[in-house]
Amino acid sequence: MDYKTVLTTCTYCGCGCNMYLEVMDGRITGTIPCKTSPINEGKLCIKGWNVHEFVQSPKRLTRPMLRKNGDLTEVTWDEALDFTASRIKSIKEKHGNDSIAFLTSAKVTNEENFLLQKFARAAVGTNNIDHCARL
Amino acid sequence: MIEEIKKQVRELLTSGTIKGFLGLREIDGHIAPYLFCDAEDMDSMNLGDYKKPGDARYPLNRILIHLLSHYPDEILGVLVRGCDQRGLNGLYSLNQLDPEKVIPVGIPCPPELAEACECSRPYPENRAVDGQAEGYSNQTLARIAGLDIGKRFEYWMNEFARCIKCYGCRDICPMCICRECSLECGDLVGKGDIPPENPIFHLIRAVHMADRCVDCGLCAEACPADIPLRTLYKKVADIVKKEFDFQAGYQPDAKSPLNVLDQ
Ligand code: SF4
Ligand code: SF4
Ligand code: SF4
Repeated sequence: MDYKTVLTTCTYCGCGCNMYLEVMDGRITGTIPCKTSPINEGKLCIKGWNVHEFVQSPKRLTRPMLRKNGDLTEVTWDEALDFTASRIKSIKEKHGNDSIAFLTSAKVTNEENFLLQKFARAAVGTNNIDHCARL
Repeated sequence: MIEEIKKQVRELLTSGTIKGFLGLREIDGHIAPYLFCDAEDMDSMNLGDYKKPGDARYPLNRILIHLLSHYPDEILGVLVRGCDQRGLNGLYSLNQLDPEKVIPVGIPCPPELAEACECSRPYPENRAVDGQAEGYSNQTLARIAGLDIGKRFEYWMNEFARCIKCYGCRDICPMCICRECSLECGDLVGKGDIPPENPIFHLIRAVHMADRCVDCGLCAEACPADIPLRTLYKKVADIVKKEFDFQAGYQPDAKSPLNVLDQ
């Protein structure tokens, strides 16, 4: 008999609501909002309530994909990064810094967001940076 | 009180009467639902009291249904307050739980909690410890019923208008057990409409809870919009009580009159 609740933080936006994921026999089966969290006090939005559904979804991408001859194909991180870096470089040379924009995420940490805006501003030289909450 | 309960649960576990005890425990400064399988763990047990009595209650019966459907041969203990015991009674009569597989360990609620809940029976029939608060009558309901009909309608429409359609009221409810939920039926509730159509969304749930709600208040506590859902469901339960002399979970063996086909 193996049932536990694991305290964690919702990954869907920057609010940082706390929740328990219910885990039965090693599989996540449900979400329960954390009542003692000062952030959300036992409440969640519809996305938070359904966090357990995406974690183990077979539809999740687990490897980088590159469109080759019209088809999305799994590639290694090296190949994906080489391709992206060389395309950013050539677009920047041909069309200028501001022809490139970056879209970051409310689902990642502050530090990761900081890094991306630093990369946009210092490495690529553009202020075109936004995040998924305004999509 | 809690030491006596820990002692009783330890006995149930060590004697092998139950395979596990579904309760709450304090860990890392939070109170969480927990399945105690080892009598040694009982030290960290909590009754769901964080800053105030009963402010960290969780839908243990909902978890219990889940556990027993996964491990149908086991017998489990569960921590119950008055509302949870009403919930168990209701769930037995709805064939969601088998009373042979459940050993409730009952605790009475203190007066402060009973008053905040406006709870008419703040204790389970069988209690592991003594002491019980008086039942409270429902002042909030009486106050709203005292408004004239136009004001009352306006009151509810204003409250419902804040709904963000998170489905938290349904997802937390230990008595919401339907496989197919009417709140997800596209003909009744438009997909993608936020706020949901007012007042239909709320009235659908109210009608469905009329013979099932055991007045635990977990829905209202989970509502991010602070809609007084508990008062709404107290109202519909009151109608069923007056019309059919039935209150969900109060009489252990009673079946809901709304499930009976009659003249
Ligand atoms: S509804 Fe009644 S039994 Fe349940 S927590 Fe409140 S006072 Fe206790
Ligand atoms: S009070 Fe709310 S959560 Fe509790 S049984 Fe009634 S509808 Fe469900
Ligand atoms: S919990 Fe509140 S906001 Fe969420 S669906 Fe229910 S009534 Fe609406």
